[in-house]
Amino acid sequence: MSTVDDVDLGRRRFLTATATVVGGVGVAFVAVPFLKSWSPSERAQAAGAPVEADISKLEEGALMTVEWRGKPVWLLKRSQKMLDDLASLKNNLLDPNSEMASQQPKYAQNATRSIKPEVLVMVGICTHLGCSPTFRPEIAPADLGPNWKGGFFCPCHGSLFDLAGRVYKGVPAPSNMEVPAYRYLSDTRVLIGVNPETA
Amino acid sequence: MANTQGTTGVLGWIDERFPLTKMIREHLTEYYAPKNFNFWYFFGSLALLVLVNQILTGIWLTMSYKPSAADAFASVEYIMRDVDWGWLIRYMHSTGASAFFLMVYLHMYRALIYGSYKKPRELIWIFGVVIFLCLMAEAFMGYLLPWGQMSYWGAQVIINLFSAIPIVGPDLSVWIRGDYVISDATLNRFFSLHVIALPLVLLGLVVAHILALHEVGSNNPDGVEIKKLKDEKGIPLDGIPFHPYYTVKDLVGVMVFFLFFAVVIFFMPEMGGYFLEHPNFDPADSLKTPPHIAPVWYFTPFYAMLRAVPSFAGTQVWGVLVMGAAIVILFFLPWLDRSPVKSIRYRGFSFKLILAAFVVSFLVLGYLGALPTTPARTSLAQICTIIYFAFFFLLPFLPAFEKTKPVPERVTWK
Repeated sequence: MSTVDDVDLGRRRFLTATATVVGGVGVAFVAVPFLKSWSPSERAQAAGAPVEADISKLEEGALMTVEWRGKPVWLLKRSQKMLDDLASLKNNLLDPNSEMASQQPKYAQNATRSIKPEVLVMVGICTHLGCSPTFRPEIAPADLGPNWKGGFFCPCHGSLFDLAGRVYKGVPAPSNMEVPAYRYLSDTRVLIGVNPETA
Repeated sequence: MANTQGTTGVLGWIDERFPLTKMIREHLTEYYAPKNFNFWYFFGSLALLVLVNQILTGIWLTMSYKPSAADAFASVEYIMRDVDWGWLIRYMHSTGASAFFLMVYLHMYRALIYGSYKKPRELIWIFGVVIFLCLMAEAFMGYLLPWGQMSYWGAQVIINLFSAIPIVGPDLSVWIRGDYVISDATLNRFFSLHVIALPLVLLGLVVAHILALHEVGSNNPDGVEIKKLKDEKGIPLDGIPFHPYYTVKDLVGVMVFFLFFAVVIFFMPEMGGYFLEHPNFDPADSLKTPPHIAPVWYFTPFYAMLRAVPSFAGTQVWGVLVMGAAIVILFFLPWLDRSPVKSIRYRGFSFKLILAAFVVSFLVLGYLGALPTTPARTSLAQICTIIYFAFFFLLPFLPAFEKTKPVPERVTWK
């Protein structure tokens, strides 16, 4: 034991070290409430309830938007021609068979990414950095080139999606757009935010 | 009774209790700065001036602004239309933000050309880069507050950068927003950070930056250490007291700055959409993205780099990493530049060449970042991104073939 002028240095070092450790643990515990307070509040979480959309007045080729959890959800009624064109795009797409499981529920992992082939239900948010893409159903417009079969164009960083929300190759977005959980309450009423009862 | 400073009376009374005269001497009247400072040495003090402007006008804006999603947009309009002189105070603040970045970029360029980041000034440079980072966070959060379309979607894009981080990304971005989308919670916490947390950090960093500078002494356009040659009193032969010589010189800079500042505030406060973007005159709408999203001009170089990098292996984290690296690499500059010569006046052609390429690429990136993408622009942005990083990777190899000129003993001064 080292002592200088009757000061027990070993004891002093031990007390300093233990006080530092205990104090540090205290700081770490106190930090938790401060960090946790940044998480979504109970009210914000409650606001994530399912929403209902009425598609009885939705015409063929038209798109409607409803708000769900503060995000735009699109409902698009596709024509037979649009559905036929989907199959022809396979080679231009990054994930044509919707194999990335996080981007759609199991019951929408099909050629049209939907429960009913003609009705697409999709979160209208680009998978790149969260902008809302523009609906561009026209065939071969000047700015998107002669091979454009209709789809969605993200104005922020130029990502391209087809009419099933599947992402093109070589654009900034890394994955297909997200299909939310949804179910049909009747032929014309869709509930967004919950899975079908059978699923 | 005389104290160690030799002051008497009221000042003497204070000096016995508080180091007032001591501090004034250390940092002003007996802080010896090189006598050959030129035009480039205005921007440090001007940046400080703009900081004071931002704090003052910010305090006044806070008196009328309401940090809630329901009221924010209308309260800014209220400041602009109904509050006496509110428009002036807001334009001073919004123009001040751009002026701050302009001063800081010029200040950083000064450090680049005169090697002011080199030993023994590495810490000054590092504090400076942290100030730059802090300033970017401050500007980004401030831009959300008017709750316009560009506020909203700009923040959406930037916060989603965090989502790109593997595994923790999505939860992290929810934690930052305090909601699943940008919402009232996000606005309110950004307000808190913008008006309290970051300004406090910024002020502390500025103090550290200046203390570190005054510890080692200022560099100068010749890159000569003036402390090497001192007279019999220990005063550098090429040094002059900061006050009154440079306080007076800086006042001239302040006058000229205010002239330009006033012209912008009174005649072009929006600067054609570069200082205040047009979509921000529409209130935030979470269901409709503006047709073209661009950050304010001072972020465009980094934004162009973000867009230039394609997604790869199912993730777009690479663009985020490149953009982050573009700033992080600045921290290593003092050790990447291995040339013993500080000032560009005595450095070789190769340094001037890569520095020019670096500056041009940065400006081109800044131009591209404000425009919508096209394949040609993306390619150009990729080339400029490579040049930007090439500057840092070539620096360590430069001494092998760089022909430097002899550095004089003392500063050159007419």
